[in-house]
Amino acid sequence: MAEEMNELQSLTIDGSEYKTRYTKKYANRRVWEYPDSRKVISYIPGTVIEQYFKDGDAVKAGEPIMLFEAMKMQTKVYMPYDGIIKNYCVAIGERYPKEHVLVEIE
Amino acid sequence: MSLKRSIQDLKKRRALVQKGGGEKAIEKQVAKGKLTARDRIKAILDPDSFHEYDLFVEHQSRDFNMDKKVLHGDGVVTGTGTIFGSPVCIYAQDFTVEGGSLGLMHARKITKIMDHALKLRVPIIGINDSGGARIQEGVNSLAGYGEIFYRNTLASGVIPQLSVILGPCAGGAVYSPALTDFVFVVDQISKMFITGPAVIETVLGEKISMEDLGGARVHSEITGNAHFYAESEEECFNQIKKLISYIPWNNSTKAKAIPPKSPNFEKHIEEIIPADPREPYDVRDVIKAIVDDSDFFEIMELWAANIVIGFGRMNGETVGFVANQPLVLAGVLDCDSSDKAARFIRYCDAFNIPIVTLEDMPGYLPGVDQEHAGVIRHGAKVLYAYSEATVPKITVILRKAYGGGYIAMNSRHLGADFMFSWPSAEIAVMGPEGAANIIFRKEIMEAEDPEQMRLDKVAEYKEKFANPYVAAAKGYIDAVIEPEETRSILLHALEVSTSKDDYRPAKKHGVPPF
Repeated sequence: MAEEMNELQSLTIDGSEYKTRYTKKYANRRVWEYPDSRKVISYIPGTVIEQYFKDGDAVKAGEPIMLFEAMKMQTKVYMPYDGIIKNYCVAIGERYPKEHVLVEIE
Repeated sequence: MSLKRSIQDLKKRRALVQKGGGEKAIEKQVAKGKLTARDRIKAILDPDSFHEYDLFVEHQSRDFNMDKKVLHGDGVVTGTGTIFGSPVCIYAQDFTVEGGSLGLMHARKITKIMDHALKLRVPIIGINDSGGARIQEGVNSLAGYGEIFYRNTLASGVIPQLSVILGPCAGGAVYSPALTDFVFVVDQISKMFITGPAVIETVLGEKISMEDLGGARVHSEITGNAHFYAESEEECFNQIKKLISYIPWNNSTKAKAIPPKSPNFEKHIEEIIPADPREPYDVRDVIKAIVDDSDFFEIMELWAANIVIGFGRMNGETVGFVANQPLVLAGVLDCDSSDKAARFIRYCDAFNIPIVTLEDMPGYLPGVDQEHAGVIRHGAKVLYAYSEATVPKITVILRKAYGGGYIAMNSRHLGADFMFSWPSAEIAVMGPEGAANIIFRKEIMEAEDPEQMRLDKVAEYKEKFANPYVAAAKGYIDAVIEPEETRSILLHALEVSTSKDDYRPAKKHGVPPF
């Protein structure tokens, strides 16, 4: 067990607070966040091949806004609802990790 | 040829093949801090007990100029021997011969010794050190892997299967160890993964080293693929020998008993556990205070440390221990600890090893990550494993037994043979704080001093329910015992359970929540 994990922390279960050590996995767990519908997020690492609009364009739901390549497959990314593209947060030809914000919508 | 000359000829042939891939390749192997395949086998087995077979097997590959290559023993050493006098079948991949790559005859040698082990009903130990499939042999190498996996599955629960990862073990090769009972890894030497760093980087752009992706530490601490972690090959071999000393040869025998010895733990059993159920302690101290010679052989020490599993001896006989560990994550059940406990329970049940459960846990780990990771189906494995097991099952409740955890940790309701409880135990649906908040919500809210009222009600609940006597009154607990009586009552319970015979409805097999 790593040294830093040896310190006693607090863990609350059913209203009772326990003194205990954390595992590395627990200490590094991702805290859940409510999904923000104004952000289009990559769910797999990949490369941006093309963008079909520019910042400020009004786009209808279901229109493709971007071509994204991951695992040798090209996938179109679609507009989730009617709105205005506030910001393409990507550059063409660049590779982005998983859960990166690709587009912000207003 | 005269007999004398034939003997000399045989000796020459043997010497040649036993050099494996030759001096240079052996030098390379040793430079990496690794032993050769034959040296590894000899280090594990009793001195002079190893007998090798299929020394002169040759590969049959004809494509890509492979017919011009001589691969001694086709890159794998197989044979039989003994560990502390117990027979085992063993094989070791020889990395010095074509990178220990697996071709058809290499696989045939392995499946042959596996078949042997299953027929002789003795443990099989596999030492993995291989670059993977021999690509030149095409689908024949895939066939080889498949036939190994098939035998791993048939042998599961019949003979103990040990996998020792002493080099690379990548791609399809990882699934043989994954199907076996115990996986041993060594720091800086073992590497296990399905897809290597190079492919991951090309396809996904994620940069990672082999060690960080699938090194010994990763599999011992993060993935839970490995059961025993060692700093050196020598330490690993000692772990293998020790494990073999605890387990039976097969599923119709019992593990060898050794002369019993009293525990000699420095702490008194009454002084280990703090009275406040929210304070931590190391439950392994309680096990050491109970088992013969205070010798507890822990399995998966680094992974899901909130539950402790391993072997100890009681009156010289092997017993499997499952214990909540309040020192880590308050001893909760979560996805990983459920998997860890459930598989161990099934191992003990398959090999006729009685199970002693030491319980002190507040319930399941709350959190979105746990729920989304499937704590429901993972947690269900513990219920399944305990309910299904027909070996003697004994529980001692040390302190807390709350809610679903009380049911899961081998309760009477899942078929425990004996349920004991220390007088300090709290058996309830939840801890006093949580329970008081729900039951007396109205009184607390309407009180002039809600905080004082809450404390009063927590105290009231503690007084009424935070004890073992409510459960004992229903017969759910067989006996409330003094901590000091724990060893003697366990010894007695195990003794009277030796010829336990329990039945389950006839079936092809159950459908556990894998």
